[in-house]
Formats: sequence, C-alpha cells, structure tokens
Amino acid sequence: MTDDLLHAPLTIEFGFNRTTGPVVGAFYTGLREGKVLGIKGADGRVVCPPVEYDPTTGAPLTEMVEVGTEGTVTTWSWVPTDREGQVLPAPYALALVQLDGADTAMLHVVDVSSTDQISTGDRVKIRWADERQGLLTDIACFEPAGGAA
Amino acid sequence: MAPQRNVAVVSVAQTPHRRAAAGLSETEMIEPAIRQALDQVGATIDDIGFVCSGSSDYLAGQAFSFVMTLDAVGAWPPISESHVEMDGAWALYEAWLKIQSGHCDTALVFGYSKASPGDLPRVLTRQLDPYYYGPLWPDSVALAGLQARAMLDAGAITEAEMAQIAERNRNAAKDNPNAQLQGSPSADELLTAPYVADPLRRHDCAPITDGGVAMIIAADDAARKFSSRPAWIRGIDHRVDSHNLGARDLTRAPSIAIAAQHAGVADGKVDVAELHAPFTHQEKIVRTELGLGDDVLVNPSGGTLSANPVMGAGLIRIAEVANRISAGEADRGVAHATSGQLLQQNLVCVLEGE
Amino acid sequence: MSDDRTVSTFPEGVWTQPAVTVPALEGEPVQRVTIPASMRYDYSPGLTQTRFLRGLEQKKIYGERTPGAEDVYVSHRGVDPVTGVPTTEVVEVGPNATITAFCVVHIGFGVNAPPTPFVSALFLADGAVVSLYGTVGEVEYDKVRIGMRVEPVWVDDDALTTSMENIKYWRPIDEPDVPAEQLKGHM
Repeated sequence: MTDDLLHAPLTIEFGFNRTTGPVVGAFYTGLREGKVLGIKGADGRVVCPPVEYDPTTGAPLTEMVEVGTEGTVTTWSWVPTDREGQVLPAPYALALVQLDGADTAMLHVVDVSSTDQISTGDRVKIRWADERQGLLTDIACFEPAGGAA
Repeated sequence: MAPQRNVAVVSVAQTPHRRAAAGLSETEMIEPAIRQALDQVGATIDDIGFVCSGSSDYLAGQAFSFVMTLDAVGAWPPISESHVEMDGAWALYEAWLKIQSGHCDTALVFGYSKASPGDLPRVLTRQLDPYYYGPLWPDSVALAGLQARAMLDAGAITEAEMAQIAERNRNAAKDNPNAQLQGSPSADELLTAPYVADPLRRHDCAPITDGGVAMIIAADDAARKFSSRPAWIRGIDHRVDSHNLGARDLTRAPSIAIAAQHAGVADGKVDVAELHAPFTHQEKIVRTELGLGDDVLVNPSGGTLSANPVMGAGLIRIAEVANRISAGEADRGVAHATSGQLLQQNLVCVLEGE
Repeated sequence: MSDDRTVSTFPEGVWTQPAVTVPALEGEPVQRVTIPASMRYDYSPGLTQTRFLRGLEQKKIYGERTPGAEDVYVSHRGVDPVTGVPTTEVVEVGPNATITAFCVVHIGFGVNAPPTPFVSALFLADGAVVSLYGTVGEVEYDKVRIGMRVEPVWVDDDALTTSMENIKYWRPIDEPDVPAEQLKGHM
C-alpha cells in the first residue's frame, strides 16, 4: 500500500437551458436581427443591456427602446492569455461600453492587438457574428470605430 | 435590528494558507482548525449549539462538498447545522442571528476552500449574471482591472498607491505565520514589473490559496466562561450593490458605507481594521467607504493580499480583529468582508473589548 | 399596460408583471437559450481516500479508525464523524458483507446502469460500522433480503484500477442471514 496521492482530471459540465423572460428574450431577439435594445428606467434613463426591474427603485420596467451599435469605452482591462470559453483569442481588451442612446454600459470584449490601441473614451462599434442565433455572442466583439468621442 | 444579546468571538483558529494543500481533502484541511478552535477554550462539539459554514462546490469541484466537511465537526448524532455558499463571514452572520433569536448560546462557524483543483479566475466567472456576463467568461482579474482602471481614470488612486498597499500588506504578513505571501519588494521595485492584466500587476492581486478558518462565538455568560477577554460583536450588518457592473460607479461601493453606518463604525475610535480586499485598489475603496482615518492600523495580518482562501478570507478578517482585541492589543476594531466580484456584497462588523 | 401577463405558475393574479412594449422585431421571439458551462479540475480525494482507493486496486477494502476506538469507517474522509478526531489507523474490513438496505430499480439512469430490474443496496463489510453502496448480482431481485450475506465480485485482475468500479457487484454467499436486530444502528 502506498500513500502516493491520487489525482485525476475532472470535468463538470452543464448544458444550462435557460428561459429568458420577456426582457432578456427581446434583447436576444434584437441581437439576432442586428439591433440592440435597452429599457427605460424609472427616471427615463436607458438601461442597456435591459433589466426587468429598475436598478434603483425596483419598479417593473416595460418600455424597451432601440439604442445604437456604436458606443464609448467607459473602462477597460487587458486579457493577455487565452482561457477556455472566452470569445476572442487573446490578447484583447475586456471593456464596459456605453452604447449611444444608453445611460449604462455593457460588458463585452474589444478586438485590439495591443494596449496602445485602446483608451477610456474611445469610440467602438459592434462587429456582428457571421451567423446570429439570438445569443449574447451574436455580438462577436467590439472594434475601434475611429475618432474620439 | 438592535441586538438583543451580547455575542462575542471567543476562539479562532486558522489553517496554514498555502497555494495548494497537497494531500489533503477539504475535510482533512479544515479539521485541525476546527479542532484547535474547540480545544483552546476547552470545548467539545457538545458545547456548541449551532454550526454554520461557508464554502463553494464550484471551488471544490464536488457537489455538496460541505456535507463531507461536517465529518470534521463530529456531526453524529445529528447537530443543528447550516451552510452558506458565501464567505464564512455570512455564516457568522447567520450564527449571530441564531443566537440573537434565542435558539442557542454558542456557535461554531467556519469558512474555507481549496481553490487549487480548478482555475480560480475562471471558476469565479460563474458568480456572474449568466445572460449578460457569463457567456464571455470574464476572468476575475480582468474584471478587477476594469475597476482599477475606473479609479485610475477618476484620479481616485495611482499605480504607486496601489504598489504601496501591496508592499504594506505583505510586509505586515511577515508577523503572520499562517500567511501565504510574506514580505515585499519596495513599491518602487514593484512598479517596474510588467502588467498581468493592465492596469493590474501581479502584486495588485491576491494569491490563490487553499485554507480556512474556524471560530467560536458565544453569548453573555457563555462567552465569559470561554474567554477572559471576549471580542464583543457590537454591530454587524451586510448590504449589496447592484450586480449590474455597467450601472454601478465602480470607484465606489455604497453598500459598505451603509453597512458601516448600521454596524456603528463611527460610534467610537477605531484602533484596528481588517479589510477584505483581494485587489490593491479595492482596499482604498473599502477604507474610504468605511470612513477610516489615517490613524487606523489597517490589515496588520497582511490582509487578503497575503492569504486568500476564497470563502474564508472575509471571516479571517473578523478573526484577526478578534485576536487583537482578545490579546489586549486593541480595544475596538472593524472587520470587513466581501463576497462576489468587485466588492458587490459587503459585511461590516464592529468588535470591542471591555 | 392594462393587459397584465402572468409570469408564474401561481394562480392567476398572485404574481403578474406589466407587459413589455418592444420595438418591432421580426421572427420568433427568443424565449429559451442553451448556455453550456464546463469546469475542469485536477481533482484529488486526499491521502486518506487515496489509501482506500489504492486498497481496492489490490482487491482489499480498507477502513480507518481513530487510535483506540472500536468503530471502523469505510469509506472514510480522514475523521471519525462522531468525534471529528482524525482516523489514523488503517484496518482491513470485509470482503464479506451484510445487506443493510436495498432497492429494486426499474428505471435505469446513466450510461453504466445495469439492465432493469436490478437491485441497488448498502453493504456492511465485516468489521465496519457504515455501509458501502453497490448493486446485487447473481440472484433474482425478489430474493434479496436485508441481512443477506454477500461477497464482492471483482473485475478481472487486468482491469483493476483505483476505483469503486473494481467491484462489479455483490453476490450471495452460503451463510445464514444476520438477524435484523444485529443490524440496528447500521441501517
């Protein structure tokens, strides 16, 4: 009998099948059609990606509106190495992007090859996936739109 | 709620914190800390009215992993027990409520994890909204980088300050035998290192740690029986900020300020504070939201930057403050714990000696 | 806003949410998405369970107990679950065992499920105080009894690994049943 420690690769995998509800569902449906939807908050500010309830008051939100497909980087960080599941080959930037017409920012990735090519305040635009199927990844990534805000 | 009963921390024990607790199951890893917490006050599990733990199956890679850990408590015949899939600080909160409600006078609380079997920055992506964030698998370091950048852009911190925070914490850890990282090059030297996730350098990030902490709390007479100088919990409160990162001002965490107000942080002089900040810039946010002055000794243990057992690191903050109070080194201290990413959920605990 | 839409299975009116107005979209609205998540680990059971699994590789069932204690646990997690004290003494148990509980299974789940109906059961190895899980073979399902004496049937020697799968199933042996009273505390 030996005390040599056993170890083994273990993969835990779930094919989560999620219902979207009407708000996330409409957002995903919009992405499939190349549109981005937000939702009007209680104070009239547009929340994008849209949420079912007002982030401040908790009131149910009902009025979805279309926002732009270009926006402004509000903050970013650098992803230098690949990790399984990530949607771009590294390196790339992870960023919060406030789309034109929205008052909050969405999390996504920006396809730039070095940190010289991105700054807070930069204008970026959506690069759509070749085949869109109603998922967040219908936005393949953002890319520089050229010109400062 | 106004506390009905005086509850104190009477015993704490930690495992050594290491990159990998090789050879030990989670049960075997946490057992010595549980044993020590009981032994050093001469207690057995029969003296404990309630047991509550904080851990995560995602870290262990094993469903209901906490049930196995209960073997280390001595859970047969059946004990009164509960678990939170959060930092052990929230397990402490549940145990504190249990005592407040009169169901018991004593409780054993522990929090721990073995992060080593998995890829921690990737595992933590599963804490996020599955519709809008999860599909991007945004690792925890890159996410923290968004917050650090927001602070740098806003002039709320500088990279030099971040390096100083790292240096101060890790040098303090030289006095902490359990710490994983002890000692630090100077801040100037740290700043010459490359970025690991611009704007974060390696020193800005907490290590990945296997380890845990166990604690016994008790009410009134029971507390005095176990300890000659109990660390009384004078206030404890937890609050949450929006999980919607794009709707938050990432340079702030208002939930900390509200929790601090309800816990009564400002009601007296603070001698010592232990802040749960897995990234250097987050210490500044926590410190600012708590309203701590420059005279407060912050993270004499070396903080989370020196040992970061996820699901234990918050409870350790409370343990470290309690230790200093029970040792007579401090009369009043503040501990902060966080759960989730970018300081999303926050707990503040005020402890006092007599 | 007036046509409230029920969003739960509660009785109508218990929980409703105002309808959402959406700019014109074409095609079927998305209502359901599949977002897979897979996590990879390098899992280790720890040294104690390693000892148990290495024993199985040699067709031996090892339990453990705290020094001086009578109760032998198998499989064990390194501590006595009654006292919480580390179990540092290794004790071989079995291989013969007694069925302490069983279930006749008529619906098989998973890729390795035997043909139905089959019997899953708990087996108290001789010398142990807690039971191991497995299936019963070489006997009709309606002949299985609590108290029945059994032995493990191992896979071929060249197929032995550090796994519970080394025991294909347990089969009856020619010994009288253990009276149920003697199994109290183990069921």
